Amino acid sequence: MKILVCISNVPDTTTKIRFKDDNTAFDTTGVQWIINPWDELALTRAIELKEASGGAIEKITVVSVGPKTAEPTIRKSLAIGADDAIRIDAEPTDAYFVAAQLAVVAKDYDIVLNGIEASDYNGSAVGGMLSEFLECPSISAVSNLEIENGEVKVSREIDGGTEVLSTQLPFVAIVQKGIAKEPRIPSMRGIMMARKKPLNIVEAVDAETLTEFENFELPSAKAACKMVDAENVKELVDLLHNEAKVI
Amino acid sequence: MNFEFSEEQLMIQQAAKDYAERELIQDVLERDAKAEYPTRHVKNLAELGFMGMLVDHKYDGGGMDTVSYVLAMEEISKIDSSLGVIISVNNSLVCYGIEKYGTEEQKEKFLKPLARGEKIGAFLLSEPEAGSDATSQKTIAEDKGDHYIINGIKNWITSANTASTYVVAAQTYPEKGHHGINVFIVDRNSQGISLGPHEDKMGMRSSDTHSVMFTDVKVPKENRIGDDGFGFTFAMKTLEAGRIGIASQAVGIAAGALDRAIKYSKERKAFGKILAKHQAIAFKISDMAVKVENARNLCLKAAWLKDQGKPYGMASAMAKQYAADIAMEVTTEAVQIFGGYGYVKEYHVERLMREAKLTQIYEGTSEIQKIVISRALLRD
Repeated sequence: MKILVCISNVPDTTTKIRFKDDNTAFDTTGVQWIINPWDELALTRAIELKEASGGAIEKITVVSVGPKTAEPTIRKSLAIGADDAIRIDAEPTDAYFVAAQLAVVAKDYDIVLNGIEASDYNGSAVGGMLSEFLECPSISAVSNLEIENGEVKVSREIDGGTEVLSTQLPFVAIVQKGIAKEPRIPSMRGIMMARKKPLNIVEAVDAETLTEFENFELPSAKAACKMVDAENVKELVDLLHNEAKVI
Repeated sequence: MNFEFSEEQLMIQQAAKDYAERELIQDVLERDAKAEYPTRHVKNLAELGFMGMLVDHKYDGGGMDTVSYVLAMEEISKIDSSLGVIISVNNSLVCYGIEKYGTEEQKEKFLKPLARGEKIGAFLLSEPEAGSDATSQKTIAEDKGDHYIINGIKNWITSANTASTYVVAAQTYPEKGHHGINVFIVDRNSQGISLGPHEDKMGMRSSDTHSVMFTDVKVPKENRIGDDGFGFTFAMKTLEAGRIGIASQAVGIAAGALDRAIKYSKERKAFGKILAKHQAIAFKISDMAVKVENARNLCLKAAWLKDQGKPYGMASAMAKQYAADIAMEVTTEAVQIFGGYGYVKEYHVERLMREAKLTQIYEGTSEIQKIVISRALLRD
């Protein structure tokens, strides 16, 4: 059995977001790049499954659509424990384009893991599109994934409870928090091995980009906080009623 | 000149930061209060490879460079410098010394389990009356032909209770002064070794420190490191390397206090505005940051020299003295910025201040570093 984990290269979650070119493009100056946190959890779960599989899972591959600058993030996945990696050499312009690229690679795998969203654009669309390209089932919001005797069982949170499903293979799991407890920290050995593991670069296939960024808007600045003296309840009520208009 | 870190160095820094911020922070205050040894963390950090990160792959170590080590030590010590000293003693005193000066047999037998972190090492040099003055060793190692018999007392031994491998300095030829000193690898479970009570320290309370008594302890001859009388040189050379670890630990303590002071200055209000908007506080933050940056660069320079195989004794002494002294200054200022909150345990900065003090004392006091530096500069 082979597992493919799709990785997005995203800005560190503490990055101060700025835009350039008249608010039509994200300004990447000084940005630190990380593995999309949901993808990192997916990778962690894949490694746990492989370790517990007694050899039944022969390989974990990570794949990312991105330029050469995404390679440190890809190598970090190798340091964490993926066996090899593929970089599809293209700018990830939109979900359709990315899914079309991933489909070429993903057809050789039994389980394809996607984070439920990427922490940069929160698109949440690649996993579903990918399963359409592959003509295989996809299950979204997966919070647990087990393999017993070659049978895959997944759980997803539903309103007021949990739903357990079995599925045929291959399939695409779109995973959310809970799939692994926390991302695995790479060991020294893993870090040193990362450069020795294969990172294959493949050409992008022709695919359309269906959506385009028009412009970005930052959320409006937080309004100044008004302090009201604890004694002065009347003033507080007055402000809530007449100024904030919430009561 | 290149100030860029490699991808691997950045990954190690991040790994150390992740572990510290995720795991060490959870029980650091409790372990400080109870003076409790961090057994679980030592095991986890060993699995990640930190306990032997500088040791060559050949001997089951991480095979990392000293620059990576400096980065990791800072991140760990920002949160918990007790772990910092446990890692530092194992890596840069015990493992380094055995790897550099030990025989193949010694490396096979003792270094490998230490590098894997399965066993912990301790370095026994200080004595009740020989701290800075390491030349006046009163512990005696009597040459009995195929073995030595060790008698004496060692003081302030980090990891004394947890360690299973001791590297011990002792005098074989008192008449030869420091040229008569030898060092030995001693199994902690040897007959005749006993421990004094756990030292109730001011800071780094989660690391275990004891005095160790030797009464007719038999050590096989093959456990001596280096030629007869090599002990003092061994101790000085390993301390030269060890200083880089302690200097980076001091940088971590200072940087940890600075981070906390910055965060607090942006949250706490006084006289109608946040502390950061008061120049008295803003300038303190600026002074603290310049000191931390200077100390960090001195550490990295010393580490770089060591990695290049160039002499680094003076550089590591400068790094150790400066980083330890500014750690004391920066943590004291952090407590000042926090005011009353800084004086209570919950806000961490008083703990960092207590921890900073030790970096000016152990592995060569700041005054000893000045001797090393001035001697190197004023040599004829």
